[in-house]
Amino acid sequence: MRVTFTVNGEQREADDVWEGESLLYVLRERLGLPGSKNACEQGECGSCTVYLDDVPVCACLVAAGQVQGREVRTVEGLAGDDEQLDPVQEAFVAAGAVQCGFCTPGLLVAAHDLVRRNNQPSDAEIREALAGNLCRCTGYEKIMDAVRLAAARVTPSTEDSK
Amino acid sequence: MTQRTSARDSVRELSTAVTGGIGESPRRPDGTLKVRGEFAYSSDLWHEDMLWGATLRSPHPHARILSIDLTEALRTPGVYAVLTHEDVPGENIYGLEHPDQPVLAVDRVRYQGESVALVAADHPETARRAVARIKVEYAELPPVTDMVAAAKGEGPPLHPDGNVVRHLKIRRGDPEATADVMVVGEYEIGMQDQAFLGPESGLAVPAEDGGVDLYVATQWLHVDQKQVANALGLPLEKVRLTLAGVGGAFGGREDLSMQVHACMLALHTGKPVKMVYNREESFFGHVHRHPAKLYYEHGATKDGRLVYVRAKIYLDGGAYTSSTPAVVANAATLGVGPYRVDNVAVDCWGVYTNNPPCGAMRGFGAVQAAFGYESQMDKLAERLGMDPVEIRVHNAIAEGDTMPTGQVIDSPAPVAELMRRLRRLPMPPENREEPVDIRDMPGGVSNTTHGEGVVRGVGYAVGIKNICFSEGFDDYSTARLRVQTVGGEPAALVHTAAAEVGQGLVTVKQQVVRSELGIERVTVAPMDTTVGNGGSTSASRQTYVTGGAVRKVCQTVRQRIFELAARKLGHGPDGLELAGGKVVDASGVVLADLVDVLGDDVVEETEVYRHRPTYRVDSETGQGNAHVQYGFAAHRAIVDVDTELGLVKVVQLDCVQDVGKAMNPQAVVGQIHGGSAQGLGLAVMEEIQVVDGKVRNPSFTDYLIPTILDMPPMTVDVLELADPHAPYGLRGVGEPPTISSTPAIVAAIRAATGNALPRVPVRPEHITGT
Repeated sequence: MRVTFTVNGEQREADDVWEGESLLYVLRERLGLPGSKNACEQGECGSCTVYLDDVPVCACLVAAGQVQGREVRTVEGLAGDDEQLDPVQEAFVAAGAVQCGFCTPGLLVAAHDLVRRNNQPSDAEIREALAGNLCRCTGYEKIMDAVRLAAARVTPSTEDSK
Repeated sequence: MTQRTSARDSVRELSTAVTGGIGESPRRPDGTLKVRGEFAYSSDLWHEDMLWGATLRSPHPHARILSIDLTEALRTPGVYAVLTHEDVPGENIYGLEHPDQPVLAVDRVRYQGESVALVAADHPETARRAVARIKVEYAELPPVTDMVAAAKGEGPPLHPDGNVVRHLKIRRGDPEATADVMVVGEYEIGMQDQAFLGPESGLAVPAEDGGVDLYVATQWLHVDQKQVANALGLPLEKVRLTLAGVGGAFGGREDLSMQVHACMLALHTGKPVKMVYNREESFFGHVHRHPAKLYYEHGATKDGRLVYVRAKIYLDGGAYTSSTPAVVANAATLGVGPYRVDNVAVDCWGVYTNNPPCGAMRGFGAVQAAFGYESQMDKLAERLGMDPVEIRVHNAIAEGDTMPTGQVIDSPAPVAELMRRLRRLPMPPENREEPVDIRDMPGGVSNTTHGEGVVRGVGYAVGIKNICFSEGFDDYSTARLRVQTVGGEPAALVHTAAAEVGQGLVTVKQQVVRSELGIERVTVAPMDTTVGNGGSTSASRQTYVTGGAVRKVCQTVRQRIFELAARKLGHGPDGLELAGGKVVDASGVVLADLVDVLGDDVVEETEVYRHRPTYRVDSETGQGNAHVQYGFAAHRAIVDVDTELGLVKVVQLDCVQDVGKAMNPQAVVGQIHGGSAQGLGLAVMEEIQVVDGKVRNPSFTDYLIPTILDMPPMTVDVLELADPHAPYGLRGVGEPPTISSTPAIVAAIRAATGNALPRVPVRPEHITGT
């Protein structure tokens, strides 16, 4: 089948998609967007988290056909057009929240979604918001630092313009 | 048509304009790529016209293969190849140190998940379906599953020399020593998984010269190259490996997984072949941490001084050898922990069974032993009415002391200091704020308690780990460095084969060059086999050994630059220094810009660095200088336990570790956090459950690793007591924090509940007794 949808603001088309393919597979293997990760492909690790119509989802749990005509935003679409990193991306690098980095794309989308809703999250709120994203390298401490740092840098007005 | 980048161009040089020498925390050169989703991991690779590989694995832990029928698989449209052991071009055997595992099974399988056949097809689902159509007739055999029985020689032999891989004895002092008080204990460790997030994967591209280029996530390119070439029947130079992005490793990528398989399919079909395991297959695709059974007897004086330790330690290596001999060595030589003991008798066995193969995982051997000896120290403290910190301080080894192997510790060993500092770290408030936030409670938002039945406990532990490869292994790394003028600036390109797996070696290499040569612009070349062996990214050794190699090549390059400077400046090469892109004299006076000294010259050198030699220990007594360096870390855990439901919330986990020199403080603390988290996982949740040789929980649904809700805040205190034998005085960092966090957490749960808890991971029913 053919699937047409918007990815990071651009209309994209994937041909010869087998019905069993996930959104994750189409992004990674058909559209050249491997930023969303394949750590478990069973909805447990959050490494493939993307926005689907502005709601964070595990791309591995979305059948490709379900995204027909819809909007997807991946980690590759977080930075602005001017190549500036998003404050969440910037904070992850600055805080040392990136080691192997395999969990990072999914965590970035989840953290991005948190701080745009709540730019003064408590530690408990950060933990709750990121509970669906596994990281094996960092012990999460520097991820906490990164999200606190990003939240401090994000003002609601800059996010509204996106 | 989508523009895609082929594998060759995906693996990039890493350059960064950020400054920062050793002791600073500059940003990772791969950090921006990683947060943009542009860093090419091994599962992200693509090549025009590529096929997908898939593996048929044995469903049985032990069986004879009677026949294999490929007919239906070969008939599947879209399938390009179906291969068995008959298609292995070279020797059908591999193994890290002791080759004993077939690339593809011949007539017998020894564990559930053993590779039997391969498929290449034009779509991963086609490949999986073709795999399902291969018909294998098995005759099941009874599996050997009991490690203690295997050590005693019971059961059918799984390999020609029987089922004992290694039996190592440590004998020191009087084997019959007696003491005022004695405590005994039996302990058990479940099978832990590395659970790195990036699955086993890579891309093999057949080359025109009949060889193959393999892009893969691994911990040691050159040992892979050797095994792959041998299995393919090709000379080394025709098997070229490049490190693709590695999504974590923790020991699980030391052994081969899909490397030979992808190359076989690529060479057979003449097409690039990509293989990516899914999470379930990953549980069968790599070795795990050895499960262990430990029997300890500690004797001490009335005032709490250790008189003797006697132990029997059994480690289940599963079906093939992998790293078992080294795991046995660590568990045995470090078996009494970081304590002074004059009379020691330790027997340690590593055995073959039909359980999943076990090998390297962060802290191997030392992790298992530490749960035993630290549990014993607490038991002894309780018997004597002593404080758990006091008994450890009282018996702590220090520089100048002798290990049970006879090896004298000849660099700082601040065990007592770690314990004292740990006790001084701030505690969380004892009284909970009202109203209770259930997110802070055991069970969390499951809303299982608001504090009823919740008891707090505090526990301490300390551990010891050998750093770098031991027992006479020729352990070295190679670094190549090129310095030239690029765009009017001095620039350095550093090239090693040492695998970056997430720990930040790429950053450290840049820092060393900046500090040694005063050059800011340092690019890290892709890691590959066109440069000499970098050794394994394991045993906490890369900053030590590859850092040492980079420093050494910097010194050689610097000397070459001084010779150039001497010719051009008429100043002798002695007394020159490099700083801030300038050549300066001893008093700091600028003599010339480095770019002017270099001109159009390219200075390139390669150096090999070895740490000081180690020696095999005597197999009957364990005596010998087996280790290069020891690393120490200590943890304090504070837990809340819901004693009615057996749920545990780790409230706080603190660590004090000596790192010799914090080369990159941010990365050092990151290693301590991450290592502590893996120890927490082993303490309260992580276990591959194996029943009759079969894995019951090969998924992240059923094998749980700590989430951000499980990991508590940590206070980390880093000591820097230089080791005079090591580059920059540094001490390997990665493994020690994984060792003491498990026993500290279990000690805290024991303190809260009064339960003996002789086994990890601790399950709710161990606490409730139901």
